Amino acid sequence: MLQSFNALLKRDLLLAFRHRGELANPLLFFLMIVTLFPLGVSPEAVVLRKIAPGVIWIAALLAALFSLENLFRSDFEDGALEQMLLSPQPLSILVLAKVLAHWLVSGLPMLLLAPLLGLLLAMPESAIAALELTLAIGTPLLSLIGAIGVALTVGLRRGGVLLTLLIMPLYIPVLIFATNAVTAAAAGMPIAGQIYFLASLLVLALTLAPLAIAAALRISVS
Amino acid sequence: MWPFLHKLASPRYFYDISGKFIPWLGGLTVITLLAGLYFGLVEAPPDYQQGESYRIMFIHVPSAWMSMFIYVLMALWSGINLIWNIKLADVMTVSSATLGASFTLLALVTGSLWGKPMWGAWWVWDARLTSELILLFLYLGYIALVSAIEDRRTAARAGGVLILVGVVNIPIIHYSVEWWNTLHQGPTVTKFDKPSIHVSMLIPLLIMAVGFNLYYLTVVLMRARVEVLDRERRSAWVRELFARQE
Repeated sequence: MLQSFNALLKRDLLLAFRHRGELANPLLFFLMIVTLFPLGVSPEAVVLRKIAPGVIWIAALLAALFSLENLFRSDFEDGALEQMLLSPQPLSILVLAKVLAHWLVSGLPMLLLAPLLGLLLAMPESAIAALELTLAIGTPLLSLIGAIGVALTVGLRRGGVLLTLLIMPLYIPVLIFATNAVTAAAAGMPIAGQIYFLASLLVLALTLAPLAIAAALRISVS
Repeated sequence: MWPFLHKLASPRYFYDISGKFIPWLGGLTVITLLAGLYFGLVEAPPDYQQGESYRIMFIHVPSAWMSMFIYVLMALWSGINLIWNIKLADVMTVSSATLGASFTLLALVTGSLWGKPMWGAWWVWDARLTSELILLFLYLGYIALVSAIEDRRTAARAGGVLILVGVVNIPIIHYSVEWWNTLHQGPTVTKFDKPSIHVSMLIPLLIMAVGFNLYYLTVVLMRARVEVLDRERRSAWVRELFARQE
Protein backbone atom coordinates (compact mmCIF):
# COMPACT_ATOMS: atom_id res chain seq x y z
CA MET A 1 0.00 0.00 0.00
CA LEU A 2 2.79 2.37 0.99
CA GLN A 3 4.69 1.23 -2.08
CA SER A 4 1.89 2.16 -4.44
CA PHE A 5 1.50 5.47 -2.62
CA ASN A 6 5.19 6.23 -3.17
CA ALA A 7 5.16 5.08 -6.76
CA LEU A 8 2.21 7.30 -7.63
CA LEU A 9 3.70 10.25 -5.77
CA LYS A 10 6.97 9.84 -7.65
CA ARG A 11 5.20 9.52 -10.98
CA ASP A 12 3.11 12.65 -10.44
CA LEU A 13 6.10 14.69 -9.33
CA LEU A 14 8.09 13.51 -12.34
CA LEU A 15 5.21 14.41 -14.66
CA ALA A 16 5.01 17.85 -13.07
CA PHE A 17 8.72 18.52 -13.51
CA ARG A 18 8.61 17.42 -17.13
CA HIS A 19 6.14 20.25 -17.75
CA ARG A 20 8.20 22.88 -16.02
CA GLY A 21 6.53 25.78 -17.80
CA GLU A 22 3.17 24.95 -16.28
CA LEU A 23 4.60 24.80 -12.80
CA ALA A 24 5.02 28.55 -12.60
CA ASN A 25 1.49 29.41 -13.80
CA PRO A 26 -0.40 29.21 -10.50
CA LEU A 27 2.39 31.20 -8.84
CA LEU A 28 2.19 33.95 -11.45
CA PHE A 29 -1.57 33.95 -11.03
CA PHE A 30 -1.14 34.31 -7.26
CA LEU A 31 1.31 37.19 -7.72
CA MET A 32 -0.80 39.01 -10.31
CA ILE A 33 -4.02 38.94 -8.32
CA VAL A 34 -2.24 40.42 -5.32
CA THR A 35 -0.67 43.10 -7.56
CA LEU A 36 -4.10 44.18 -8.77
CA PHE A 37 -5.24 45.22 -5.30
CA PRO A 38 -2.91 48.16 -4.68
CA LEU A 39 -3.75 49.33 -8.21
CA GLY A 40 -7.48 48.87 -7.73
CA VAL A 41 -7.96 49.91 -4.11
CA SER A 42 -5.21 52.21 -2.93
CA PRO A 43 -1.40 52.13 -2.65
CA GLU A 44 -1.49 53.62 0.86
CA ALA A 45 0.30 51.42 3.38
CA VAL A 46 -2.44 51.82 6.00
CA VAL A 47 -5.13 50.53 3.70
CA LEU A 48 -2.94 47.75 2.29
CA ARG A 49 -1.96 46.54 5.73
CA LYS A 50 -5.61 46.27 6.64
CA ILE A 51 -6.71 44.28 3.61
CA ALA A 52 -3.48 42.26 3.13
CA PRO A 53 -4.49 39.01 4.94
CA GLY A 54 -7.75 38.79 3.05
CA VAL A 55 -6.19 39.67 -0.30
CA ILE A 56 -3.36 37.14 -0.03
CA TRP A 57 -5.68 34.42 1.19
CA ILE A 58 -8.30 35.00 -1.48
CA ALA A 59 -5.55 34.97 -4.12
CA ALA A 60 -4.27 31.70 -2.66
CA LEU A 61 -7.81 30.26 -2.76
CA LEU A 62 -8.23 31.14 -6.42
CA ALA A 63 -4.75 29.95 -7.38
CA ALA A 64 -5.38 26.64 -5.62
CA LEU A 65 -8.71 26.23 -7.43
CA PHE A 66 -7.31 26.93 -10.87
CA SER A 67 -4.30 24.71 -10.44
CA LEU A 68 -6.53 21.90 -9.12
CA GLU A 69 -8.66 21.90 -12.23
CA ASN A 70 -6.26 19.59 -14.06
CA LEU A 71 -5.57 17.27 -11.13
CA PHE A 72 -7.29 14.26 -12.69
CA ARG A 73 -7.71 15.56 -16.24
CA SER A 74 -4.76 13.97 -18.05
CA ASP A 75 -5.15 10.70 -16.13
CA PHE A 76 -8.80 10.67 -17.11
CA GLU A 77 -8.03 11.28 -20.77
CA ASP A 78 -5.29 8.69 -21.17
CA GLY A 79 -7.03 6.03 -19.12
CA ALA A 80 -4.60 5.97 -16.20
CA LEU A 81 -7.43 6.92 -13.88
CA GLU A 82 -9.41 3.85 -14.86
CA GLN A 83 -6.39 1.69 -14.08
CA MET A 84 -6.24 3.29 -10.65
CA LEU A 85 -9.90 2.54 -10.08
CA LEU A 86 -9.33 -1.09 -11.10
CA SER A 87 -6.18 -1.57 -9.05
CA PRO A 88 -6.42 -3.69 -5.88
CA GLN A 89 -4.92 -0.86 -3.80
CA PRO A 90 -7.42 1.27 -1.87
CA LEU A 91 -8.36 4.18 -4.10
CA SER A 92 -8.45 6.66 -1.22
CA ILE A 93 -4.72 6.09 -0.58
CA LEU A 94 -3.93 6.57 -4.27
CA VAL A 95 -5.85 9.83 -4.49
CA LEU A 96 -4.13 11.01 -1.33
CA ALA A 97 -0.80 10.52 -3.14
CA LYS A 98 -2.06 12.55 -6.09
CA VAL A 99 -3.30 15.35 -3.83
CA LEU A 100 0.00 15.39 -1.96
CA ALA A 101 1.93 15.61 -5.23
CA HIS A 102 -0.30 18.45 -6.33
CA TRP A 103 0.25 20.30 -3.09
CA LEU A 104 4.03 19.86 -3.33
CA VAL A 105 4.14 21.47 -6.77
CA SER A 106 1.51 24.18 -6.28
CA GLY A 107 0.86 24.77 -2.56
CA LEU A 108 4.44 24.70 -1.35
CA PRO A 109 5.76 27.29 -3.88
CA MET A 110 2.93 29.61 -2.83
CA LEU A 111 4.17 29.27 0.71
CA LEU A 112 7.60 30.43 -0.44
CA LEU A 113 6.23 33.37 -2.39
CA ALA A 114 3.84 34.58 0.30
CA PRO A 115 6.38 36.51 2.49
CA LEU A 116 7.31 38.57 -0.54
CA LEU A 117 3.69 39.40 -1.17
CA GLY A 118 3.33 40.28 2.49
CA LEU A 119 6.12 42.81 2.11
CA LEU A 120 4.52 44.22 -1.03
CA LEU A 121 1.33 44.81 0.96
CA ALA A 122 3.20 46.41 3.87
CA MET A 123 2.44 43.66 6.38
CA PRO A 124 4.31 43.72 9.72
CA GLU A 125 6.74 40.86 10.32
CA SER A 126 4.70 39.15 13.02
CA ALA A 127 1.78 39.00 10.62
CA ILE A 128 3.97 37.49 7.90
CA ALA A 129 5.02 34.70 10.25
CA ALA A 130 1.36 34.02 11.03
CA LEU A 131 0.54 34.14 7.32
CA GLU A 132 3.15 31.47 6.65
CA LEU A 133 1.80 29.28 9.42
CA THR A 134 -1.81 29.57 8.21
CA LEU A 135 -0.78 28.91 4.62
CA ALA A 136 1.25 25.87 5.70
CA ILE A 137 -1.84 24.37 7.37
CA GLY A 138 -4.40 25.87 5.04
CA THR A 139 -3.14 25.11 1.53
CA PRO A 140 -3.17 21.30 1.99
CA LEU A 141 -6.71 21.77 3.25
CA LEU A 142 -7.58 23.68 0.07
CA SER A 143 -6.10 20.91 -2.07
CA LEU A 144 -8.01 18.18 -0.20
CA ILE A 145 -11.39 19.93 -0.29
CA GLY A 146 -10.91 21.10 -3.86
CA ALA A 147 -10.02 17.60 -5.06
CA ILE A 148 -13.55 16.45 -4.13
CA GLY A 149 -14.99 19.00 -6.53
CA VAL A 150 -12.47 18.08 -9.22
CA ALA A 151 -13.36 14.41 -8.87
CA LEU A 152 -17.05 15.25 -9.27
CA THR A 153 -16.51 17.31 -12.42
CA VAL A 154 -13.72 15.33 -14.10
CA GLY A 155 -15.98 13.79 -16.72
CA LEU A 156 -17.42 17.14 -17.80
CA ARG A 157 -16.10 19.19 -20.68
CA ARG A 158 -16.58 22.61 -19.13
CA GLY A 159 -15.97 21.89 -15.48
CA GLY A 160 -14.01 25.05 -14.66
CA VAL A 161 -16.64 27.53 -13.55
CA LEU A 162 -18.76 24.75 -12.09
CA LEU A 163 -15.83 23.65 -9.94
CA THR A 164 -15.59 27.15 -8.52
CA LEU A 165 -19.30 27.17 -7.68
CA LEU A 166 -19.10 23.83 -5.91
CA ILE A 167 -15.96 24.46 -3.91
CA MET A 168 -16.01 28.14 -2.92
CA PRO A 169 -18.64 27.77 -0.18
CA LEU A 170 -16.65 24.92 1.34
CA TYR A 171 -13.54 27.10 1.50
CA ILE A 172 -15.23 29.74 3.67
CA PRO A 173 -14.25 28.34 7.11
CA VAL A 174 -10.60 28.08 6.05
CA LEU A 175 -10.67 31.66 4.82
CA ILE A 176 -12.29 32.92 8.01
CA PHE A 177 -9.90 31.26 10.45
CA ALA A 178 -6.76 31.93 8.42
CA THR A 179 -7.35 35.63 7.78
CA ASN A 180 -8.49 36.04 11.35
CA ALA A 181 -5.28 34.54 12.67
CA VAL A 182 -3.18 36.86 10.50
CA THR A 183 -5.15 39.94 11.52
CA ALA A 184 -4.87 38.96 15.18
CA ALA A 185 -1.12 38.40 14.84
CA ALA A 186 -0.72 41.84 13.28
CA ALA A 187 -2.48 43.32 16.31
CA GLY A 188 -0.20 41.37 18.65
CA MET A 189 -2.88 39.01 19.90
CA PRO A 190 -2.46 35.25 20.45
CA ILE A 191 -3.47 33.09 17.51
CA ALA A 192 -3.28 29.62 19.03
CA GLY A 193 -7.06 29.16 18.91
CA GLN A 194 -7.36 29.83 15.20
CA ILE A 195 -4.34 27.66 14.41
CA TYR A 196 -5.74 24.75 16.43
CA PHE A 197 -9.02 25.09 14.60
CA LEU A 198 -7.32 25.07 11.20
CA ALA A 199 -5.24 22.07 12.24
CA SER A 200 -8.32 20.16 13.36
CA LEU A 201 -10.01 20.98 10.05
CA LEU A 202 -6.93 19.59 8.31
CA VAL A 203 -7.13 16.37 10.31
CA LEU A 204 -10.82 16.07 9.50
CA ALA A 205 -10.16 16.65 5.81
CA LEU A 206 -7.23 14.21 5.76
CA THR A 207 -9.45 11.46 7.12
CA LEU A 208 -12.70 12.13 5.26
CA ALA A 209 -11.77 13.85 2.00
CA PRO A 210 -9.88 10.90 0.42
CA LEU A 211 -12.98 8.73 0.91
CA ALA A 212 -15.21 11.37 -0.68
CA ILE A 213 -12.74 11.88 -3.56
CA ALA A 214 -12.59 8.13 -4.19
CA ALA A 215 -16.39 7.82 -4.14
CA ALA A 216 -16.74 10.79 -6.48
CA LEU A 217 -14.17 9.39 -8.91
CA ARG A 218 -15.95 6.04 -9.04
CA ILE A 219 -19.18 7.84 -9.90
CA SER A 220 -17.74 10.18 -12.53
CA VAL A 221 -15.64 7.59 -14.34
CA SER A 222 -18.11 4.72 -14.41
CA MET B 1 -43.07 -2.14 7.50
CA TRP B 2 -40.18 -3.38 5.31
CA PRO B 3 -42.35 -5.00 2.62
CA PHE B 4 -44.30 -1.76 2.40
CA LEU B 5 -41.13 0.29 2.03
CA HIS B 6 -39.81 -2.05 -0.63
CA LYS B 7 -43.05 -1.75 -2.50
CA LEU B 8 -43.00 2.03 -2.15
CA ALA B 9 -39.51 2.16 -3.60
CA SER B 10 -40.74 0.80 -6.90
CA PRO B 11 -41.38 3.74 -9.22
CA ARG B 12 -44.67 2.44 -10.48
CA TYR B 13 -46.21 1.90 -7.07
CA PHE B 14 -44.88 5.25 -5.93
CA TYR B 15 -46.48 6.93 -8.93
CA ASP B 16 -49.86 5.42 -8.15
CA ILE B 17 -49.92 6.03 -4.43
CA SER B 18 -48.52 9.56 -4.55
CA GLY B 19 -51.20 10.42 -7.13
CA LYS B 20 -53.81 9.48 -4.55
CA PHE B 21 -52.19 11.50 -1.78
CA ILE B 22 -51.50 14.73 -3.65
CA PRO B 23 -55.07 16.16 -3.79
CA TRP B 24 -55.53 15.59 -0.05
CA LEU B 25 -52.16 17.06 0.79
CA GLY B 26 -52.83 20.03 -1.48
CA GLY B 27 -56.18 20.69 0.21
CA LEU B 28 -54.65 20.46 3.65
CA THR B 29 -51.87 22.83 2.58
CA VAL B 30 -54.33 25.48 1.45
CA ILE B 31 -56.41 25.18 4.64
CA THR B 32 -53.37 25.32 6.94
CA LEU B 33 -51.74 28.23 5.15
CA LEU B 34 -55.00 30.22 5.11
CA ALA B 35 -55.56 29.52 8.80
CA GLY B 36 -51.97 30.44 9.63
CA LEU B 37 -52.20 33.68 7.65
CA TYR B 38 -55.52 34.58 9.27
CA PHE B 39 -54.23 34.04 12.79
CA GLY B 40 -50.90 35.65 11.99
CA LEU B 41 -52.12 38.74 10.14
CA VAL B 42 -55.48 39.37 11.83
CA GLU B 43 -55.72 37.69 15.22
CA ALA B 44 -52.18 38.08 16.58
CA PRO B 45 -51.63 41.38 18.41
CA PRO B 46 -49.05 43.88 17.11
CA ASP B 47 -45.65 43.65 18.74
CA TYR B 48 -44.96 46.22 21.46
CA GLN B 49 -41.53 46.94 19.99
CA GLN B 50 -41.79 46.31 16.28
CA GLY B 51 -45.44 47.18 15.67
CA GLU B 52 -46.96 45.52 12.64
CA SER B 53 -43.77 44.86 10.73
CA TYR B 54 -42.90 41.79 12.78
CA ARG B 55 -45.67 39.92 10.93
CA ILE B 56 -43.27 39.09 8.11
CA MET B 57 -41.89 36.61 10.63
CA PHE B 58 -44.76 34.27 9.80
CA ILE B 59 -43.25 33.80 6.33
CA HIS B 60 -39.61 34.38 7.16
CA VAL B 61 -39.10 31.96 10.04
CA PRO B 62 -40.86 28.93 8.51
CA SER B 63 -39.00 29.36 5.22
CA ALA B 64 -35.67 29.57 7.06
CA TRP B 65 -36.58 26.38 8.94
CA MET B 66 -37.56 24.67 5.71
CA SER B 67 -34.33 25.71 3.97
CA MET B 68 -32.28 23.81 6.54
CA PHE B 69 -34.72 20.93 6.96
CA ILE B 70 -34.78 20.21 3.22
CA TYR B 71 -30.99 20.14 3.03
CA VAL B 72 -30.85 17.57 5.82
CA LEU B 73 -33.57 15.53 4.11
CA MET B 74 -31.61 15.64 0.85
CA ALA B 75 -28.52 14.40 2.69
CA LEU B 76 -30.54 11.52 4.17
CA TRP B 77 -31.89 10.53 0.78
CA SER B 78 -28.48 10.82 -0.84
CA GLY B 79 -27.09 8.54 1.84
CA ILE B 80 -29.89 6.02 1.23
CA ASN B 81 -29.26 6.19 -2.50
CA LEU B 82 -25.49 5.76 -2.20
CA ILE B 83 -25.73 2.91 0.31
CA TRP B 84 -28.72 0.89 -0.92
CA ASN B 85 -28.91 2.17 -4.47
CA ILE B 86 -32.61 3.01 -4.30
CA LYS B 87 -33.70 4.98 -7.35
CA LEU B 88 -36.61 6.66 -5.65
CA ALA B 89 -34.31 8.24 -3.05
CA ASP B 90 -32.38 10.11 -5.70
CA VAL B 91 -35.61 11.15 -7.42
CA MET B 92 -36.62 12.75 -4.14
CA THR B 93 -33.23 14.48 -3.73
CA VAL B 94 -33.28 15.96 -7.22
CA SER B 95 -36.89 17.07 -6.85
CA SER B 96 -36.20 18.75 -3.50
CA ALA B 97 -33.24 20.85 -4.59
CA THR B 98 -35.12 23.64 -6.35
CA LEU B 99 -37.65 23.82 -3.53
CA GLY B 100 -34.91 24.08 -0.95
CA ALA B 101 -33.18 26.82 -2.92
CA SER B 102 -36.49 28.69 -3.26
CA PHE B 103 -37.16 28.54 0.47
CA THR B 104 -33.63 29.80 1.13
CA LEU B 105 -34.12 32.68 -1.28
CA LEU B 106 -37.50 33.44 0.29
CA ALA B 107 -35.91 33.51 3.74
CA LEU B 108 -33.20 35.87 2.51
CA VAL B 109 -35.60 38.21 0.73
CA THR B 110 -38.08 38.38 3.61
CA GLY B 111 -35.19 38.80 6.02
CA SER B 112 -33.93 41.70 3.97
CA LEU B 113 -37.40 43.28 3.85
CA TRP B 114 -37.69 42.85 7.60
CA GLY B 115 -34.19 44.18 8.17
CA LYS B 116 -34.86 47.50 6.45
CA PRO B 117 -37.31 48.88 9.03
CA MET B 118 -35.65 47.10 11.98
CA TRP B 119 -31.92 47.57 11.35
CA GLY B 120 -32.12 50.43 8.87
CA ALA B 121 -30.30 48.47 6.18
CA TRP B 122 -31.31 45.96 3.55
CA TRP B 123 -28.38 43.76 4.34
CA VAL B 124 -26.10 43.39 7.32
CA TRP B 125 -23.35 40.80 7.62
CA ASP B 126 -25.07 39.14 10.50
CA ALA B 127 -23.98 35.56 11.20
CA ARG B 128 -27.37 34.02 10.46
CA LEU B 129 -27.88 35.99 7.27
CA THR B 130 -24.43 35.06 6.06
CA SER B 131 -24.88 31.35 6.79
CA GLU B 132 -28.20 31.43 4.99
CA LEU B 133 -26.54 33.04 1.97
CA ILE B 134 -23.86 30.33 1.98
CA LEU B 135 -26.61 27.70 2.20
CA LEU B 136 -28.11 29.22 -0.95
CA PHE B 137 -24.70 28.87 -2.65
CA LEU B 138 -24.57 25.21 -1.62
CA TYR B 139 -28.02 24.59 -3.12
CA LEU B 140 -27.12 26.41 -6.33
CA GLY B 141 -23.85 24.48 -6.61
CA TYR B 142 -25.79 21.23 -6.27
CA ILE B 143 -28.31 22.28 -8.92
CA ALA B 144 -25.50 23.39 -11.26
CA LEU B 145 -23.68 20.08 -10.85
CA VAL B 146 -26.76 17.94 -11.39
CA SER B 147 -27.83 19.87 -14.48
CA ALA B 148 -24.30 19.72 -15.95
CA ILE B 149 -24.12 15.91 -15.93
CA GLU B 150 -26.15 14.39 -18.70
CA ASP B 151 -26.77 10.89 -17.39
CA ARG B 152 -29.40 11.17 -14.68
CA ARG B 153 -28.23 8.33 -12.47
CA THR B 154 -24.66 9.62 -12.52
CA ALA B 155 -25.87 13.15 -11.89
CA ALA B 156 -27.89 12.04 -8.89
CA ARG B 157 -25.04 10.02 -7.41
CA ALA B 158 -22.49 12.80 -7.93
CA GLY B 159 -24.91 15.29 -6.43
CA GLY B 160 -25.36 12.94 -3.49
CA VAL B 161 -21.65 13.01 -2.72
CA LEU B 162 -21.70 16.81 -2.91
CA ILE B 163 -24.68 17.02 -0.57
CA LEU B 164 -23.03 14.72 1.96
CA VAL B 165 -19.81 16.75 1.84
CA GLY B 166 -21.96 19.84 2.32
CA VAL B 167 -23.80 18.44 5.30
CA VAL B 168 -20.51 17.73 7.08
CA ASN B 169 -19.45 21.29 6.31
CA ILE B 170 -22.65 23.12 7.24
CA PRO B 171 -22.05 23.07 11.02
CA ILE B 172 -18.41 24.07 10.47
CA ILE B 173 -19.43 26.91 8.17
CA HIS B 174 -22.19 28.00 10.53
CA TYR B 175 -19.99 28.16 13.61
CA SER B 176 -17.05 29.73 11.82
CA VAL B 177 -19.33 32.44 10.45
CA GLU B 178 -20.76 33.02 13.90
CA TRP B 179 -17.27 33.25 15.34
CA TRP B 180 -16.15 35.58 12.55
CA ASN B 181 -19.15 37.76 13.27
CA THR B 182 -18.48 38.12 16.97
CA LEU B 183 -14.98 39.35 16.20
CA HIS B 184 -15.89 41.60 13.29
CA GLN B 185 -19.06 42.84 14.96
CA GLY B 186 -20.12 45.88 12.96
CA PRO B 187 -21.02 49.04 14.88
CA THR B 188 -24.54 49.39 13.48
CA VAL B 189 -25.79 45.86 14.03
CA THR B 190 -28.40 46.00 16.70
CA LYS B 191 -29.14 42.38 17.27
CA PHE B 192 -32.46 42.39 18.97
CA ASP B 193 -32.51 39.89 21.81
CA LYS B 194 -34.71 36.97 21.20
CA PRO B 195 -37.69 37.80 23.37
CA SER B 196 -39.60 34.79 24.60
CA ILE B 197 -42.37 34.70 22.07
CA HIS B 198 -45.97 35.09 23.23
CA VAL B 199 -48.44 32.25 22.68
CA SER B 200 -50.67 34.40 20.46
CA MET B 201 -47.75 34.75 18.07
CA LEU B 202 -46.32 31.28 18.54
CA ILE B 203 -49.49 29.45 17.48
CA PRO B 204 -49.79 31.12 14.05
CA LEU B 205 -46.07 30.61 13.57
CA LEU B 206 -46.38 26.88 14.23
CA ILE B 207 -49.43 26.64 11.97
CA MET B 208 -47.47 28.33 9.21
CA ALA B 209 -44.55 25.95 9.76
CA VAL B 210 -46.88 22.96 9.39
CA GLY B 211 -48.36 24.59 6.28
CA PHE B 212 -44.93 25.09 4.75
CA ASN B 213 -44.08 21.45 5.41
CA LEU B 214 -47.31 20.33 3.79
CA TYR B 215 -46.65 22.60 0.83
CA TYR B 216 -43.18 21.11 0.44
CA LEU B 217 -44.55 17.58 0.66
CA THR B 218 -47.23 18.28 -1.95
CA VAL B 219 -44.92 19.95 -4.43
CA VAL B 220 -42.06 17.52 -3.97
CA LEU B 221 -44.39 14.60 -4.65
CA MET B 222 -45.69 16.32 -7.77
CA ARG B 223 -42.16 16.97 -9.00
CA ALA B 224 -41.05 13.46 -8.13
CA ARG B 225 -43.97 12.02 -10.13
CA VAL B 226 -42.91 13.93 -13.22
CA GLU B 227 -39.29 12.89 -12.67
CA VAL B 228 -40.33 9.23 -12.33
CA LEU B 229 -42.38 9.40 -15.52
CA ASP B 230 -39.51 11.01 -17.39
CA ARG B 231 -36.97 8.45 -16.22
CA GLU B 232 -39.22 5.48 -16.83
CA ARG B 233 -40.57 6.73 -20.14
CA ARG B 234 -39.32 3.66 -21.97
CA SER B 235 -40.82 1.17 -19.53
CA ALA B 236 -43.97 -0.74 -20.27
CA TRP B 237 -46.13 0.67 -17.49
CA VAL B 238 -45.55 4.30 -18.49
CA ARG B 239 -46.42 3.53 -22.09
CA GLU B 240 -49.52 1.71 -20.97
CA LEU B 241 -50.49 4.69 -18.82
CA PHE B 242 -50.25 7.09 -21.72
CA ALA B 243 -51.92 4.69 -24.14
CA ARG B 244 -54.86 4.50 -21.76
CA GLN B 245 -55.16 8.28 -21.60
CA GLU B 246 -55.14 8.77 -25.35
